[in-house]
Amino acid sequence: MSETFKGKVWKFGHNIDTDIIIPAMYLNTTDPEKLADHCMEGEFPEFRKAVTPGDILLAGENFGCGSSREHAPVCIRAAGISCVVATSFARIFFRNSINIGLPVIEAADVWDQTEQGDVLEANPNGGILRNITKSREYKTAAYPEFVREIISSGGLIEWVKAREGVR
Amino acid sequence: MGMTMTEKILAASSGRESVRPGEIVLAECDLMMGHDVTAPPAINEFRKTGAAKVKDPDRIALVNDHFVPNKDIMSAALAKAMREFAREQGIKKYFEVGRSGVCHALLPEEGLVSPGDVVIGADSHTCTHGAMGAFATGVGSTDLAAAWATGKIWLKTPETMAFDISGAPSKWAFGKDVILKIIGMIGVDGARYRAMEFRGPGVAAMSIYDRLTMANMAIEAGAKNGIFEADEKTAEYLAGTPARKGKIYASDADAVFADVVKVDIEGMEPVVACPSLPENVKAVGELKGVKIDQSFVGSCTNGWLPDLRLAASVIKGKKVHPEVRMIVIPATQRIYRAAMAEGLLDIFAEAGAAVSAPTCGPCLGGHMGVLAEGEVAVSTTNRNFIGRMGHVKSLVYLSNPAVAAASAVAGEIVHPEEIM
Repeated sequence: MSETFKGKVWKFGHNIDTDIIIPAMYLNTTDPEKLADHCMEGEFPEFRKAVTPGDILLAGENFGCGSSREHAPVCIRAAGISCVVATSFARIFFRNSINIGLPVIEAADVWDQTEQGDVLEANPNGGILRNITKSREYKTAAYPEFVREIISSGGLIEWVKAREGVR
Repeated sequence: MGMTMTEKILAASSGRESVRPGEIVLAECDLMMGHDVTAPPAINEFRKTGAAKVKDPDRIALVNDHFVPNKDIMSAALAKAMREFAREQGIKKYFEVGRSGVCHALLPEEGLVSPGDVVIGADSHTCTHGAMGAFATGVGSTDLAAAWATGKIWLKTPETMAFDISGAPSKWAFGKDVILKIIGMIGVDGARYRAMEFRGPGVAAMSIYDRLTMANMAIEAGAKNGIFEADEKTAEYLAGTPARKGKIYASDADAVFADVVKVDIEGMEPVVACPSLPENVKAVGELKGVKIDQSFVGSCTNGWLPDLRLAASVIKGKKVHPEVRMIVIPATQRIYRAAMAEGLLDIFAEAGAAVSAPTCGPCLGGHMGVLAEGEVAVSTTNRNFIGRMGHVKSLVYLSNPAVAAASAVAGEIVHPEEIM
Protein backbone atom coordinates (compact mmCIF):
# COMPACT_ATOMS: atom_id res chain seq x y z
CA MET A 1 0.00 0.00 0.00
CA SER A 2 2.92 2.33 -0.62
CA GLU A 3 1.52 3.58 -3.92
CA THR A 4 -0.03 6.98 -4.36
CA PHE A 5 -3.67 7.41 -5.24
CA LYS A 6 -4.96 10.17 -7.44
CA GLY A 7 -8.64 10.63 -8.07
CA LYS A 8 -11.74 12.76 -8.10
CA VAL A 9 -13.42 13.44 -4.77
CA TRP A 10 -16.86 12.27 -3.71
CA LYS A 11 -17.60 14.35 -0.64
CA PHE A 12 -19.85 13.22 2.21
CA GLY A 13 -20.62 14.70 5.63
CA HIS A 14 -19.95 13.82 9.26
CA ASN A 15 -21.00 10.64 11.09
CA ILE A 16 -21.64 8.68 7.89
CA ASP A 17 -22.77 5.39 9.39
CA THR A 18 -22.61 1.84 8.10
CA ASP A 19 -26.36 1.79 7.43
CA ILE A 20 -25.80 4.61 4.94
CA ILE A 21 -22.77 2.88 3.45
CA ILE A 22 -24.57 -0.45 3.02
CA PRO A 23 -28.11 -0.86 4.39
CA ALA A 24 -28.57 -4.09 6.36
CA MET A 25 -31.34 -5.35 4.10
CA TYR A 26 -28.67 -6.12 1.49
CA LEU A 27 -26.46 -8.12 3.84
CA ASN A 28 -28.03 -11.38 2.68
CA THR A 29 -25.07 -11.70 0.33
CA THR A 30 -21.31 -11.56 0.77
CA ASP A 31 -20.69 -10.86 -2.95
CA PRO A 32 -18.75 -7.55 -3.19
CA GLU A 33 -20.23 -6.79 -6.61
CA LYS A 34 -23.82 -7.11 -5.41
CA LEU A 35 -23.05 -5.12 -2.27
CA ALA A 36 -21.43 -2.36 -4.33
CA ASP A 37 -24.70 -1.77 -6.20
CA HIS A 38 -26.10 -0.37 -2.93
CA CYS A 39 -22.98 1.42 -1.69
CA MET A 40 -23.83 4.79 -0.04
CA GLU A 41 -27.50 4.21 -0.85
CA GLY A 42 -28.65 6.09 2.25
CA GLU A 43 -27.13 9.33 0.92
CA PHE A 44 -26.63 8.90 -2.80
CA PRO A 45 -28.33 5.90 -4.45
CA GLU A 46 -26.57 6.46 -7.79
CA PHE A 47 -23.13 6.34 -6.18
CA ARG A 48 -21.79 3.26 -7.89
CA LYS A 49 -22.82 4.40 -11.36
CA ALA A 50 -21.30 7.81 -10.74
CA VAL A 51 -17.90 6.61 -9.52
CA THR A 52 -15.00 6.32 -11.92
CA PRO A 53 -12.58 3.62 -10.76
CA GLY A 54 -9.82 5.28 -8.72
CA ASP A 55 -12.02 8.04 -7.29
CA ILE A 56 -11.52 9.05 -3.66
CA LEU A 57 -14.22 9.14 -1.00
CA LEU A 58 -13.86 12.11 1.35
CA ALA A 59 -15.82 12.38 4.59
CA GLY A 60 -15.81 14.41 7.79
CA GLU A 61 -15.71 13.14 11.35
CA ASN A 62 -16.44 9.60 12.54
CA PHE A 63 -16.75 7.99 9.11
CA GLY A 64 -18.10 4.43 9.25
CA CYS A 65 -19.70 4.62 12.68
CA GLY A 66 -22.21 1.98 13.70
CA SER A 67 -22.14 -1.64 12.71
CA SER A 68 -19.08 -3.90 12.52
CA ARG A 69 -20.18 -5.13 9.09
CA GLU A 70 -17.09 -5.61 6.96
CA HIS A 71 -19.45 -5.38 4.01
CA ALA A 72 -19.03 -1.59 4.37
CA PRO A 73 -15.35 -1.24 3.36
CA VAL A 74 -15.76 -4.21 1.02
CA CYS A 75 -18.54 -2.50 -0.97
CA ILE A 76 -16.70 0.83 -1.06
CA ARG A 77 -13.70 -0.89 -2.60
CA ALA A 78 -15.87 -2.87 -5.01
CA ALA A 79 -17.61 0.35 -6.09
CA GLY A 80 -14.25 1.52 -7.44
CA ILE A 81 -13.06 3.82 -4.67
CA SER A 82 -9.27 3.76 -4.36
CA CYS A 83 -9.01 5.20 -0.86
CA VAL A 84 -11.06 6.92 1.83
CA VAL A 85 -9.91 10.20 3.37
CA ALA A 86 -11.72 11.43 6.48
CA THR A 87 -11.24 13.85 9.34
CA SER A 88 -11.65 10.83 11.63
CA PHE A 89 -12.82 7.21 11.40
CA ALA A 90 -14.96 5.04 13.65
CA ARG A 91 -12.65 2.40 15.07
CA ILE A 92 -14.21 -0.82 13.75
CA PHE A 93 -14.49 0.59 10.22
CA PHE A 94 -10.85 1.68 10.41
CA ARG A 95 -9.53 -1.72 11.44
CA ASN A 96 -11.78 -3.55 9.00
CA SER A 97 -10.38 -1.38 6.20
CA ILE A 98 -6.80 -2.09 7.24
CA ASN A 99 -7.54 -5.79 7.55
CA ILE A 100 -9.03 -6.08 4.05
CA GLY A 101 -6.63 -3.64 2.40
CA LEU A 102 -8.81 -0.59 1.71
CA PRO A 103 -6.52 2.42 2.21
CA VAL A 104 -7.88 4.83 4.82
CA ILE A 105 -6.27 8.19 5.56
CA GLU A 106 -7.02 10.37 8.54
CA ALA A 107 -6.38 14.03 7.81
CA ALA A 108 -7.43 17.26 9.49
CA ASP A 109 -8.63 20.31 7.50
CA VAL A 110 -8.93 18.52 4.15
CA TRP A 111 -12.67 18.07 4.48
CA ASP A 112 -13.29 21.78 5.16
CA GLN A 113 -11.16 22.93 2.26
CA THR A 114 -12.11 20.42 -0.43
CA GLU A 115 -15.10 20.48 -2.75
CA GLN A 116 -16.93 17.73 -4.54
CA GLY A 117 -15.06 16.91 -7.74
CA ASP A 118 -11.67 18.26 -6.66
CA VAL A 119 -8.76 15.98 -7.52
CA LEU A 120 -6.75 14.66 -4.58
CA GLU A 121 -3.44 12.85 -4.54
CA ALA A 122 -2.83 10.79 -1.44
CA ASN A 123 -0.27 8.45 0.01
CA PRO A 124 -1.88 6.23 2.62
CA ASN A 125 1.19 5.72 4.72
CA GLY A 126 1.83 9.25 5.84
CA GLY A 127 3.37 12.12 4.00
CA ILE A 128 1.74 14.72 1.84
CA LEU A 129 -1.85 14.78 0.66
CA ARG A 130 -2.40 17.18 -2.22
CA ASN A 131 -5.50 18.88 -3.50
CA ILE A 132 -4.39 19.26 -7.12
CA THR A 133 -7.44 21.33 -8.09
CA LYS A 134 -6.86 23.90 -5.36
CA SER A 135 -3.06 23.57 -5.13
CA ARG A 136 -3.14 22.85 -1.41
CA GLU A 137 -1.00 20.44 0.61
CA TYR A 138 -1.65 18.68 3.90
CA LYS A 139 0.61 16.55 6.07
CA THR A 140 -0.84 13.22 7.13
CA ALA A 141 0.39 10.90 9.87
CA ALA A 142 1.90 7.48 9.26
CA TYR A 143 0.12 4.41 10.62
CA PRO A 144 1.41 2.83 13.84
CA GLU A 145 4.18 0.30 13.20
CA PHE A 146 1.98 -2.71 13.87
CA VAL A 147 -0.62 -1.51 11.38
CA ARG A 148 2.13 -0.96 8.80
CA GLU A 149 3.16 -4.56 9.36
CA ILE A 150 -0.35 -5.78 8.53
CA ILE A 151 -0.49 -3.57 5.45
CA SER A 152 2.90 -4.65 4.18
CA SER A 153 1.91 -8.29 4.69
CA GLY A 154 -1.05 -7.71 2.38
CA GLY A 155 -3.80 -7.67 5.01
CA LEU A 156 -4.52 -9.45 8.27
CA ILE A 157 -5.00 -12.94 6.84
CA GLU A 158 -1.59 -12.82 5.16
CA TRP A 159 -0.09 -11.43 8.36
CA VAL A 160 -1.54 -14.35 10.30
CA LYS A 161 -0.19 -16.85 7.80
CA ALA A 162 3.28 -15.36 7.86
CA ARG A 163 3.61 -14.73 11.52
CA GLU A 164 1.43 -16.95 13.61
CA GLY A 165 2.03 -20.17 11.75
CA VAL A 166 -1.49 -21.53 11.74
CA ARG A 167 -2.05 -25.24 11.86
CA MET B 1 1.04 4.38 38.13
CA GLY B 2 -2.18 2.38 38.34
CA MET B 3 -4.26 0.82 35.62
CA THR B 4 -7.92 0.88 34.69
CA MET B 5 -10.01 -2.29 34.55
CA THR B 6 -9.75 -2.37 30.79
CA GLU B 7 -5.95 -2.01 30.90
CA LYS B 8 -5.68 -4.78 33.50
CA ILE B 9 -7.71 -7.24 31.44
CA LEU B 10 -5.71 -6.47 28.30
CA ALA B 11 -2.43 -6.85 30.21
CA ALA B 12 -3.44 -10.17 31.75
CA SER B 13 -4.75 -11.58 28.48
CA SER B 14 -1.55 -10.72 26.64
CA GLY B 15 0.83 -11.99 29.32
CA ARG B 16 2.07 -8.59 30.39
CA GLU B 17 2.61 -6.91 33.74
CA SER B 18 1.05 -3.71 32.51
CA VAL B 19 -0.15 -1.87 29.44
CA ARG B 20 -0.64 1.80 28.66
CA PRO B 21 -3.16 3.44 26.33
CA GLY B 22 -1.95 3.33 22.74
CA GLU B 23 0.06 0.14 23.18
CA ILE B 24 -0.91 -2.68 20.87
CA VAL B 25 -1.34 -6.09 22.46
CA LEU B 26 -2.08 -9.57 21.17
CA ALA B 27 -4.78 -10.71 23.55
CA GLU B 28 -5.92 -14.29 24.08
CA CYS B 29 -9.66 -14.46 23.48
CA ASP B 30 -12.02 -16.26 25.83
CA LEU B 31 -14.93 -16.08 23.42
CA MET B 32 -15.08 -15.39 19.67
CA MET B 33 -18.61 -14.90 18.36
CA GLY B 34 -20.07 -14.61 14.90
CA HIS B 35 -23.66 -14.62 13.64
CA ASP B 36 -25.49 -15.50 10.44
CA VAL B 37 -24.52 -12.23 8.71
CA THR B 38 -20.89 -11.88 9.83
CA ALA B 39 -19.77 -15.50 10.24
CA PRO B 40 -20.10 -16.44 6.55
CA PRO B 41 -17.56 -13.82 5.38
CA ALA B 42 -15.37 -14.83 8.34
CA ILE B 43 -15.53 -18.45 7.15
CA ASN B 44 -14.40 -17.30 3.68
CA GLU B 45 -11.46 -15.45 5.23
CA PHE B 46 -10.65 -18.35 7.56
CA ARG B 47 -10.27 -20.64 4.52
CA LYS B 48 -7.67 -18.24 3.12
CA THR B 49 -5.44 -18.72 6.18
CA GLY B 50 -4.85 -22.28 5.06
CA ALA B 51 -5.72 -23.60 8.52
CA ALA B 52 -7.72 -26.81 8.45
CA LYS B 53 -9.03 -26.42 11.97
CA VAL B 54 -9.87 -23.53 14.24
CA LYS B 55 -7.50 -23.11 17.17
CA ASP B 56 -10.09 -23.95 19.82
CA PRO B 57 -13.70 -24.75 18.88
CA ASP B 58 -14.81 -24.46 22.51
CA ARG B 59 -14.07 -20.72 22.54
CA ILE B 60 -16.21 -20.06 19.47
CA ALA B 61 -19.92 -19.26 19.50
CA LEU B 62 -22.04 -19.11 16.35
CA VAL B 63 -25.47 -17.59 16.70
CA ASN B 64 -28.46 -17.53 14.37
CA ASP B 65 -30.08 -14.19 15.07
CA HIS B 66 -30.03 -11.59 12.30
CA PHE B 67 -32.07 -12.88 9.36
CA VAL B 68 -33.68 -15.80 11.15
CA PRO B 69 -35.97 -17.59 10.81
CA ASN B 70 -34.48 -17.07 7.35
CA LYS B 71 -36.14 -14.24 5.47
CA ASP B 72 -35.19 -15.36 1.98
CA ILE B 73 -33.14 -17.88 0.02
CA MET B 74 -29.95 -15.83 0.20
CA SER B 75 -30.09 -15.50 3.97
CA ALA B 76 -30.89 -19.21 4.23
CA ALA B 77 -27.69 -19.87 2.32
CA LEU B 78 -25.72 -17.76 4.82
CA ALA B 79 -27.20 -19.66 7.76
CA LYS B 80 -26.45 -22.93 6.02
CA ALA B 81 -22.81 -21.97 5.52
CA MET B 82 -22.50 -21.19 9.25
CA ARG B 83 -24.27 -24.43 10.24
CA GLU B 84 -21.99 -26.54 8.06
CA PHE B 85 -18.90 -24.81 9.40
CA ALA B 86 -20.02 -25.49 12.98
CA ARG B 87 -20.39 -29.19 12.20
CA GLU B 88 -17.14 -29.41 10.30
CA GLN B 89 -15.17 -27.70 13.07
CA GLY B 90 -16.90 -29.37 16.02
CA ILE B 91 -18.19 -26.05 17.36
CA LYS B 92 -20.65 -27.00 20.10
CA LYS B 93 -21.70 -23.46 20.93
CA TYR B 94 -23.75 -23.27 17.78
CA PHE B 95 -27.23 -21.91 18.39
CA GLU B 96 -29.95 -23.04 16.03
CA VAL B 97 -33.29 -21.31 15.44
CA GLY B 98 -35.63 -22.27 18.26
CA ARG B 99 -32.70 -22.69 20.65
CA SER B 100 -31.09 -19.34 20.01
CA GLY B 101 -31.70 -15.64 20.49
CA VAL B 102 -30.23 -12.23 19.80
CA CYS B 103 -26.55 -12.95 20.38
CA HIS B 104 -25.84 -10.36 23.09
CA ALA B 105 -28.78 -11.50 25.17
CA LEU B 106 -27.99 -15.14 24.52
CA LEU B 107 -24.30 -15.25 25.45
CA PRO B 108 -24.70 -14.06 29.07
CA GLU B 109 -27.78 -16.19 29.51
CA GLU B 110 -25.84 -19.26 28.36
CA GLY B 111 -23.11 -18.42 30.85
CA LEU B 112 -20.55 -17.81 28.11
CA VAL B 113 -19.21 -14.54 29.55
CA SER B 114 -17.43 -14.21 32.89
CA PRO B 115 -15.77 -11.25 34.60
CA GLY B 116 -12.25 -10.62 33.32
CA ASP B 117 -12.86 -12.34 29.98
CA VAL B 118 -11.78 -11.02 26.60
CA VAL B 119 -14.80 -11.32 24.32
CA ILE B 120 -14.73 -10.44 20.66
CA GLY B 121 -17.69 -10.66 18.35
CA ALA B 122 -18.26 -9.81 14.73
CA ASP B 123 -21.07 -7.51 15.77
CA SER B 124 -20.60 -3.97 16.98
CA HIS B 125 -22.84 -4.46 20.01
CA THR B 126 -20.46 -7.04 21.46
CA CYS B 127 -19.58 -4.24 23.89
CA THR B 128 -22.74 -5.36 25.77
CA HIS B 129 -20.71 -7.98 27.65
CA GLY B 130 -18.72 -5.33 29.45
CA ALA B 131 -21.69 -5.31 31.84
CA MET B 132 -20.23 -8.54 33.27
CA GLY B 133 -16.86 -6.93 34.03
CA ALA B 134 -15.36 -8.35 30.84
CA PHE B 135 -13.45 -6.63 28.05
CA ALA B 136 -15.77 -7.02 25.09
CA THR B 137 -15.55 -5.38 21.69
CA GLY B 138 -16.96 -5.62 18.21
CA VAL B 139 -14.71 -6.56 15.30
CA GLY B 140 -15.09 -7.32 11.61
CA SER B 141 -15.25 -10.69 9.92
CA THR B 142 -11.56 -10.78 8.95
CA ASP B 143 -10.56 -10.07 12.56
CA LEU B 144 -12.85 -12.88 13.66
CA ALA B 145 -11.37 -15.27 11.11
CA ALA B 146 -7.83 -14.47 12.25
CA ALA B 147 -8.88 -15.02 15.86
CA TRP B 148 -10.45 -18.38 15.02
CA ALA B 149 -7.14 -19.42 13.46
CA THR B 150 -4.89 -18.15 16.25
CA GLY B 151 -7.05 -17.73 19.36
CA LYS B 152 -5.76 -14.15 19.57
CA ILE B 153 -6.77 -10.64 18.55
CA TRP B 154 -4.64 -7.51 18.08
CA LEU B 155 -5.98 -4.62 20.10
CA LYS B 156 -4.83 -1.09 20.65
CA THR B 157 -5.18 -0.37 24.35
CA PRO B 158 -7.82 2.34 24.63
CA GLU B 159 -7.78 5.32 26.94
CA THR B 160 -10.55 5.09 29.50
CA MET B 161 -13.25 7.66 30.19
CA ALA B 162 -14.93 7.30 33.57
CA PHE B 163 -18.60 8.11 34.02
CA ASP B 164 -19.45 8.82 37.65
CA ILE B 165 -23.15 8.18 37.92
CA SER B 166 -25.03 9.42 40.95
CA GLY B 167 -28.65 9.60 42.02
CA ALA B 168 -31.68 7.51 41.18
CA PRO B 169 -33.94 8.11 38.18
CA SER B 170 -37.70 8.53 38.32
CA LYS B 171 -40.04 5.55 38.20
CA TRP B 172 -40.16 5.62 34.39
CA ALA B 173 -36.47 6.06 33.54
CA PHE B 174 -33.99 3.18 33.26
CA GLY B 175 -30.55 2.20 32.03
CA LYS B 176 -31.67 3.04 28.50
CA ASP B 177 -32.43 6.62 29.49
CA VAL B 178 -29.13 6.97 31.32
CA ILE B 179 -27.04 5.80 28.37
CA LEU B 180 -29.05 7.99 25.96
CA LYS B 181 -28.45 10.94 28.27
CA ILE B 182 -24.71 10.20 28.25
CA ILE B 183 -24.59 9.87 24.44
CA GLY B 184 -26.53 13.14 24.24
CA MET B 185 -23.89 14.77 26.46
CA ILE B 186 -20.76 13.53 24.68
CA GLY B 187 -22.02 12.86 21.14
CA VAL B 188 -21.80 9.86 18.82
CA ASP B 189 -18.01 10.14 18.68
CA GLY B 190 -17.56 11.41 22.24
CA ALA B 191 -15.82 8.19 23.32
CA ARG B 192 -14.29 7.26 19.97
CA TYR B 193 -11.45 4.72 20.38
CA ARG B 194 -11.96 4.81 24.16
CA ALA B 195 -13.21 2.58 26.95
CA MET B 196 -16.30 3.85 28.82
CA GLU B 197 -16.13 2.82 32.46
CA PHE B 198 -19.43 3.27 34.28
CA ARG B 199 -19.16 3.61 38.03
CA GLY B 200 -20.57 5.33 41.12
CA PRO B 201 -23.59 4.85 43.38
CA GLY B 202 -26.01 5.22 40.48
CA VAL B 203 -24.47 2.15 38.88
CA ALA B 204 -24.27 0.10 42.08
CA ALA B 205 -28.04 0.46 42.44
CA MET B 206 -28.71 -0.63 38.87
CA SER B 207 -29.86 -4.10 37.86
CA ILE B 208 -27.62 -6.22 35.68
CA TYR B 209 -30.12 -5.69 32.85
CA ASP B 210 -29.83 -1.92 33.05
CA ARG B 211 -26.06 -2.34 32.91
CA LEU B 212 -26.32 -4.62 29.88
CA THR B 213 -28.46 -2.00 28.14
CA MET B 214 -25.92 0.71 28.94
CA ALA B 215 -22.86 -1.29 27.88
CA ASN B 216 -24.73 -2.29 24.72
CA MET B 217 -24.86 1.32 23.56
CA ALA B 218 -21.24 2.27 24.35
CA ILE B 219 -20.56 1.81 20.63
CA GLU B 220 -23.13 4.52 19.89
CA ALA B 221 -20.69 6.97 21.49
CA GLY B 222 -17.90 5.48 19.37
CA ALA B 223 -16.37 3.52 22.25
CA LYS B 224 -14.24 0.42 21.90
CA ASN B 225 -15.82 -1.08 24.99
CA GLY B 226 -18.09 -0.25 27.88
CA ILE B 227 -17.30 -1.77 31.24
CA PHE B 228 -18.73 -2.18 34.74
CA GLU B 229 -16.90 -3.61 37.73
CA ALA B 230 -18.43 -6.97 38.62
CA ASP B 231 -20.20 -6.90 42.00
CA GLU B 232 -22.70 -8.95 43.99
CA LYS B 233 -25.40 -8.31 41.37
CA THR B 234 -23.11 -9.71 38.69
CA ALA B 235 -22.35 -12.71 40.90
CA GLU B 236 -26.04 -13.28 41.49
CA TYR B 237 -26.76 -13.21 37.76
CA LEU B 238 -23.84 -15.52 36.96
CA ALA B 239 -24.93 -17.97 39.66
CA GLY B 240 -28.10 -18.56 37.67
CA THR B 241 -26.03 -19.63 34.65
CA PRO B 242 -23.31 -22.22 34.04
CA ALA B 243 -20.71 -19.42 33.78
CA ARG B 244 -17.20 -19.74 35.18
CA LYS B 245 -16.58 -17.50 38.18
CA GLY B 246 -14.07 -15.44 36.25
CA LYS B 247 -11.70 -12.86 37.68
CA ILE B 248 -12.88 -9.54 39.01
CA TYR B 249 -10.81 -6.51 38.08
CA ALA B 250 -11.19 -3.04 39.52
CA SER B 251 -9.53 0.15 38.37
CA ASP B 252 -6.72 1.31 40.65
CA ALA B 253 -7.21 4.45 42.71
CA ASP B 254 -4.32 6.02 40.81
CA ALA B 255 -5.41 4.79 37.39
CA VAL B 256 -5.21 7.44 34.69
CA PHE B 257 -8.46 8.39 32.98
CA ALA B 258 -8.64 10.44 29.82
CA ASP B 259 -11.71 12.13 31.24
CA VAL B 260 -14.07 11.87 34.18
CA VAL B 261 -17.67 12.80 33.41
CA LYS B 262 -20.17 13.38 36.18
CA VAL B 263 -23.68 12.20 35.38
CA ASP B 264 -26.44 13.10 37.81
CA ILE B 265 -29.53 10.98 37.20
CA GLU B 266 -31.48 11.99 40.29
CA GLY B 267 -35.16 12.25 39.41
CA MET B 268 -34.40 11.80 35.72
CA GLU B 269 -37.42 11.37 33.44
CA PRO B 270 -37.45 9.26 30.26
CA VAL B 271 -35.63 10.59 27.20
CA VAL B 272 -35.85 9.78 23.51
CA ALA B 273 -33.16 9.89 20.80
CA CYS B 274 -34.63 11.61 17.77
CA PRO B 275 -33.77 10.86 14.11
CA SER B 276 -31.20 10.21 12.82
CA LEU B 277 -28.43 9.91 15.39
CA PRO B 278 -28.48 8.47 18.92
CA GLU B 279 -27.05 11.78 20.20
CA ASN B 280 -30.21 13.75 19.33
CA VAL B 281 -31.63 13.26 22.81
CA LYS B 282 -34.70 15.09 24.11
CA ALA B 283 -36.96 14.73 27.12
CA VAL B 284 -39.98 12.67 26.15
CA GLY B 285 -42.21 15.64 27.04
CA GLU B 286 -40.65 17.69 24.23
CA LEU B 287 -41.99 15.29 21.61
CA LYS B 288 -45.66 15.81 22.14
CA GLY B 289 -47.61 15.32 18.93
CA VAL B 290 -45.01 13.13 17.16
CA LYS B 291 -47.27 10.50 15.62
CA ILE B 292 -45.98 6.97 15.11
CA ASP B 293 -46.79 4.11 12.73
CA GLN B 294 -44.91 1.39 14.59
CA SER B 295 -43.68 0.59 18.08
CA PHE B 296 -41.04 -2.06 18.58
CA VAL B 297 -40.04 -3.63 21.89
CA GLY B 298 -37.10 -6.00 21.63
CA SER B 299 -33.42 -6.28 20.51
CA CYS B 300 -30.11 -6.75 22.32
CA THR B 301 -30.71 -3.39 23.98
CA ASN B 302 -34.15 -3.90 25.50
CA GLY B 303 -35.43 -7.39 24.73
CA TRP B 304 -34.72 -8.81 28.19
CA LEU B 305 -37.39 -10.24 30.47
CA PRO B 306 -37.58 -7.14 32.72
CA ASP B 307 -38.08 -5.02 29.58
CA LEU B 308 -41.03 -7.18 28.54
CA ARG B 309 -42.46 -7.04 32.05
CA LEU B 310 -42.21 -3.26 31.99
CA ALA B 311 -43.86 -2.90 28.58
CA ALA B 312 -46.58 -5.36 29.59
CA SER B 313 -47.27 -3.46 32.81
CA VAL B 314 -47.88 -0.34 30.74
CA ILE B 315 -50.07 -1.90 28.05
CA LYS B 316 -52.02 -4.39 30.17
CA GLY B 317 -55.76 -4.00 29.65
CA LYS B 318 -55.26 -1.36 26.94
CA LYS B 319 -55.25 -1.54 23.17
CA VAL B 320 -52.66 -0.63 20.59
CA HIS B 321 -53.81 2.53 18.80
CA PRO B 322 -55.82 1.74 15.62
CA GLU B 323 -53.22 3.47 13.42
CA VAL B 324 -50.19 1.78 15.01
CA ARG B 325 -48.57 -1.65 14.69
CA MET B 326 -46.81 -2.86 17.82
CA ILE B 327 -44.19 -5.59 17.51
CA VAL B 328 -42.76 -7.38 20.53
CA ILE B 329 -39.80 -9.73 20.21
CA PRO B 330 -38.33 -11.46 23.26
CA ALA B 331 -34.56 -11.49 22.76
CA THR B 332 -33.99 -15.20 23.35
CA GLN B 333 -35.89 -18.46 23.40
CA ARG B 334 -35.50 -18.63 27.18
CA ILE B 335 -36.92 -15.11 27.58
CA TYR B 336 -39.72 -16.01 25.17
CA ARG B 337 -40.69 -19.02 27.28
CA ALA B 338 -40.45 -17.11 30.55
CA ALA B 339 -42.60 -14.33 29.11
CA MET B 340 -45.10 -16.92 27.97
CA ALA B 341 -45.17 -18.59 31.39
CA GLU B 342 -45.73 -15.23 33.07
CA GLY B 343 -48.56 -14.39 30.71
CA LEU B 344 -46.73 -11.42 29.21
CA LEU B 345 -47.04 -12.58 25.62
CA ASP B 346 -50.78 -12.88 26.06
CA ILE B 347 -50.98 -9.37 27.46
CA PHE B 348 -49.28 -8.08 24.28
CA ALA B 349 -51.41 -10.24 21.98
CA GLU B 350 -54.59 -9.19 23.79
CA ALA B 351 -53.61 -5.55 23.30
CA GLY B 352 -53.29 -6.14 19.57
CA ALA B 353 -49.50 -6.41 19.31
CA ALA B 354 -47.66 -8.92 17.11
CA VAL B 355 -45.31 -11.16 19.06
CA SER B 356 -42.54 -12.97 17.22
CA ALA B 357 -39.85 -15.55 17.87
CA PRO B 358 -36.39 -14.17 18.74
CA THR B 359 -34.64 -12.30 15.92
CA CYS B 360 -32.71 -9.06 15.37
CA GLY B 361 -35.07 -8.52 12.38
CA PRO B 362 -36.70 -5.10 12.67
CA CYS B 363 -33.85 -3.36 14.53
CA LEU B 364 -31.73 -3.29 11.40
CA GLY B 365 -34.52 -3.18 8.82
CA GLY B 366 -33.92 -6.84 8.06
CA HIS B 367 -37.38 -8.32 8.31
CA MET B 368 -40.30 -8.71 10.72
CA GLY B 369 -41.26 -5.03 10.76
CA VAL B 370 -39.53 -3.02 8.03
CA LEU B 371 -40.67 0.61 7.64
CA ALA B 372 -42.07 2.10 4.42
CA GLU B 373 -41.25 5.56 3.05
CA GLY B 374 -42.38 8.30 5.40
CA GLU B 375 -43.17 5.98 8.31
CA VAL B 376 -42.20 6.72 11.90
CA ALA B 377 -41.26 4.23 14.59
CA VAL B 378 -40.57 4.39 18.27
CA SER B 379 -38.19 1.59 19.10
CA THR B 380 -36.34 0.19 22.10
CA THR B 381 -33.33 -0.57 19.90
CA ASN B 382 -29.97 1.16 19.74
CA ARG B 383 -29.71 2.93 16.36
CA ASN B 384 -31.85 5.48 14.58
CA PHE B 385 -29.57 6.10 11.60
CA ILE B 386 -31.03 7.07 8.23
CA GLY B 387 -32.75 3.99 6.81
CA ARG B 388 -31.89 1.85 9.80
CA MET B 389 -35.30 0.19 10.08
CA GLY B 390 -36.29 0.37 6.44
CA HIS B 391 -36.80 3.07 3.82
CA VAL B 392 -34.25 5.90 3.80
CA LYS B 393 -37.15 8.28 4.36
CA SER B 394 -38.45 6.49 7.45
CA LEU B 395 -37.72 7.82 10.93
CA VAL B 396 -36.76 6.09 14.18
CA TYR B 397 -37.07 7.41 17.73
CA LEU B 398 -35.19 5.41 20.39
CA SER B 399 -36.79 4.98 23.79
CA ASN B 400 -37.13 2.70 26.79
CA PRO B 401 -39.77 -0.08 26.73
CA ALA B 402 -42.29 1.84 28.88
CA VAL B 403 -42.28 4.80 26.50
CA ALA B 404 -42.51 2.48 23.46
CA ALA B 405 -45.51 0.68 24.95
CA ALA B 406 -47.26 3.87 26.06
CA SER B 407 -46.68 5.44 22.64
CA ALA B 408 -48.20 2.35 20.95
CA VAL B 409 -51.38 2.99 22.92
CA ALA B 410 -51.42 6.77 22.41
CA GLY B 411 -50.49 6.70 18.72
CA GLU B 412 -47.85 9.32 19.42
CA ILE B 413 -44.76 9.59 21.58
CA VAL B 414 -45.86 10.06 25.17
CA HIS B 415 -44.61 9.75 28.72
CA PRO B 416 -45.98 6.50 30.23
CA GLU B 417 -47.79 8.48 32.91
CA GLU B 418 -50.04 10.00 30.27
CA ILE B 419 -51.76 6.70 29.61
CA MET B 420 -51.59 5.12 33.06
